[in-house]
Amino acid sequence: MTAVDEIKIGGMGASRRRVEDNRFIRGKGNYVDDIVLPGMLHMEILRSPLAHARIRSIDASKAWAMPGVRLVLTGETMAARNLAWMPTLSYDTQAVLATDKVRFQGQEVACVIADDPYIAKDACEAIVVDYEPLPVIVNPTQSMADGAPLIRDDKENQPNNVIYDWEVGDKEGTDSAFAQADLVSKIDLHYPRSHPSPIECCGSIADFNRATSKLTVYLTTQAPHIIRAAVALVAELPEQMIRIISPDIGGGFGNKVPVYPGYVASILASILLERPVKWIEDRTGNLISTGFARDIYLHGELALRKDGRILGVRMNTTADHGAFFSDAQPSKFKIGLMHSAFSCYDIPNAHLLARGVYTNKAPGGVAYRCSFRVTEAMFFQERMVQAAADDLGMDQAEFRRINFVRDDDFPHRTPWGFLTDSGQYGKCLDVGLEAVGYQDFLMEKEEAAKRGRLLGIGISTMTEPLGAGNSREYDILGIKMFDSAELKIHMTGKALLRTGAKSQGQGHETTWAQIVAHELGIPAEDVLVEEGDTDTAPFGMGTYASRSTPVAGAAVAMVSRKIRSKARKIAAHLLEISEEDVEWELGRFYVRSQPDRGVTIQECAVAAYSNMPDGMEPGLENVAYYDPPNLTWPFACYIVKVEVDPATGVWDVLRMVAVDDCGVRINPMIVEGQIMGGLTEAYAMANMQFITFDAEGNCIGSNFTDYLLPTAWETPGFELHEVVTPCPHHPIGAKGIGECAAVGGPAAFVNAVMDAVKGSGVRNIDMPVLPDRVYEALQTGQDISGAPPVKM
Amino acid sequence: MTSLFREVTPGTAEEIPVREITVTVNGQRRSAVVEPRLVLAHLLRQGFKLTGTHTGCDTSNCGACTVLVDGRPVKSCTMFAVQADGHEVMTVEGLAGPSELHPLQEGFKEEHGLQCGFCTPGMMMASKALLDENPSPTEDEIRWALSGNLCRCTGYQNIVKAVMWAAGKLDGETAEVQA
Repeated sequence: MTAVDEIKIGGMGASRRRVEDNRFIRGKGNYVDDIVLPGMLHMEILRSPLAHARIRSIDASKAWAMPGVRLVLTGETMAARNLAWMPTLSYDTQAVLATDKVRFQGQEVACVIADDPYIAKDACEAIVVDYEPLPVIVNPTQSMADGAPLIRDDKENQPNNVIYDWEVGDKEGTDSAFAQADLVSKIDLHYPRSHPSPIECCGSIADFNRATSKLTVYLTTQAPHIIRAAVALVAELPEQMIRIISPDIGGGFGNKVPVYPGYVASILASILLERPVKWIEDRTGNLISTGFARDIYLHGELALRKDGRILGVRMNTTADHGAFFSDAQPSKFKIGLMHSAFSCYDIPNAHLLARGVYTNKAPGGVAYRCSFRVTEAMFFQERMVQAAADDLGMDQAEFRRINFVRDDDFPHRTPWGFLTDSGQYGKCLDVGLEAVGYQDFLMEKEEAAKRGRLLGIGISTMTEPLGAGNSREYDILGIKMFDSAELKIHMTGKALLRTGAKSQGQGHETTWAQIVAHELGIPAEDVLVEEGDTDTAPFGMGTYASRSTPVAGAAVAMVSRKIRSKARKIAAHLLEISEEDVEWELGRFYVRSQPDRGVTIQECAVAAYSNMPDGMEPGLENVAYYDPPNLTWPFACYIVKVEVDPATGVWDVLRMVAVDDCGVRINPMIVEGQIMGGLTEAYAMANMQFITFDAEGNCIGSNFTDYLLPTAWETPGFELHEVVTPCPHHPIGAKGIGECAAVGGPAAFVNAVMDAVKGSGVRNIDMPVLPDRVYEALQTGQDISGAPPVKM
Repeated sequence: MTSLFREVTPGTAEEIPVREITVTVNGQRRSAVVEPRLVLAHLLRQGFKLTGTHTGCDTSNCGACTVLVDGRPVKSCTMFAVQADGHEVMTVEGLAGPSELHPLQEGFKEEHGLQCGFCTPGMMMASKALLDENPSPTEDEIRWALSGNLCRCTGYQNIVKAVMWAAGKLDGETAEVQA
């Protein structure tokens, strides 16, 4: 007998084609808006046109009178049921429908429920709201100014617009490192507001059945179980009577983690009307009201020694959270994992001061393809590193290499106390430099200069924490960040696997089956994967922060091992030997002394239902809840080569080289797909995605004509390389990957442009590095700040 | 015959102007009574229950709603249903034959040209329009032809490969027929 061929059965390392594609390529996906329930009504939201205004009155009488209108909800309706406000994921409150005043443009003011969405939209326009405009705040400087208007006058003990001041690190140690420095490199940066913008907007269908008291909600959510708990708490419904179903999700990227007012309003409407109520957000609603990302200012300082060693780091950040503090992040941390910055560098002293403020902008603070603010952390880190290398007059690659944590120095305490466990940073950098032809770059730069073009090369190297928890340190609203998998092996050896995660394009239906195949030797095609239904899936924290493979994926391996452990007992029974004499090879148990005598895992499955040992519980099913011992720490090196046309400020990407070390790759095809998607978003943030505000708080970038996403035409080609350093604590050696490229990528693009314009005296151009900003910087020799308000 | 059913308050039906239209959808003649302002995407999705055509932006930018009207790619969120009266519409549901997938469908799966799947129907319809006109496009021609369709997941590289794959397969099929 030979072992099963792992690649042939679609196990680990197989670029197995995706199971979910079979329905998507036929147009047979099942997204929220595709679902039609009997008697279903439609909801539309009336939003505030003003960024800050007191509501004097709302007259909805004309809307009520329109044929086909079934219900109009206002703040007053919600307040009567104690639902005008809801808790956020960061222990703040957020208005569901405005009662006292509106605090950002696009805030939800009223909802109309009608027979069809066209009628509902007409009726929204018939609602008359009398606003008294108030002064508007669009950036932290205005927010913190003396006498600034108080945005959150609804809260007690909120004398000003500051949400928190938070500090982490060793201030004294860092001060003394700076005192000993030969040189201090300083830079001020703004990571602008960005929006994840999955192509599918948010939506819900709430279906309350009075006869059974059951509430079923179809929802565009990345975390159905958390939503169930939130609905139970907010709507005061018994949790067993709430079923959240997250069907196919048309992209999430963090945008579909929070609870939105539209969800809550549709649920109340269904309860009041006892009919299903569908709400599908339009794109403008999505862009101006749902979870934005970033919007953080940095003053950063590095203490440097002449030989290139970094002695200490200071980061001072100010985050613009909009009108409600609704960041989706672990509760211990105020500015997410910002203090994971510089984790790939060996720096003894570090200090971070973080402040958060309210402004009259949409709330959010979601981690857009990012693990809780690590995108900002890594961008700031790599921009600071490049500036420091320039200040020292050192080669930027060499400067990084000197300060990298060495391969033999793991486990390693990062500057702010995280524990990294593995990596080959120098090797990744070498692979990248070799691929991009770094040696020849200076020569190319000179040749380009003769043509009047500026050539630049940008590097970004980083390790980031992915896959929260462990549960000791990571929780959201007190719920520990573990995850789960339930595996049922049927009598015929086929299997059903369910997890607490929720794919939004990551391909879980394909890869989870590969982990089962790897652990049990059951062909992947024999494993059906289901997620997203809280009535059937085990409790989990959902999919974001690149945590699926590190946490839920580990749970899949662990539950498979539990199954194998029981199957071993069954095998011993079938082979009539003691369990100690049973050996395992992929897909089969055999007698140690007689390898040709064995039973397959499928034969064990039959026996679990038909011929189990005396005293053994029948069946072959189990569940595993996995609490990871640590985060996983993938490493990436991204190198970009650009050509800038000084006459127009336009920059073109000549090469984009990505070296990713995400440990063991379950499905290389899917991993590479994740990397390319992330690189594209990195390019988008660096180059074009621009969502900002004018002085009146009007959102500039409220549709895809203004908020530009890259198309196939602009998006550069990507050259992917890999290094594999298995994660020492993950059951199958995997690390998170979904977000690395979006996290590490932006700095590579910006560094490349800054390298190209280096001779001009320009030190920084804030993202997006638009051609007009590059042009202006080159003309004036001045840095370009991207802070709002923008002039219109 | 399909009609768009709408429950109304008694006595108000005459206030809603409607028009009867006939559209050939995926080879099948279908009629409907529609409001003039109903957009084609909604007729297809809500009226004809062809939910493979998605809407993602309302402003003709994202292309998720792309269908073929008389063989040309059209963003069905920006065309009124009444404008399709008398015309032929092809949606993603019309791509596959009775027993086999269209090479574009195979290509998108084979080259991992999709992740969340939301933009995919529009991408494939825009690609079909390209390949119908230009059976062996270059990478640049594919990128240009798809520049009206947004994808947030893939970074487009594998979409380009998927279209190339389909072009290769279609070319092989044509050669077979000619032989």
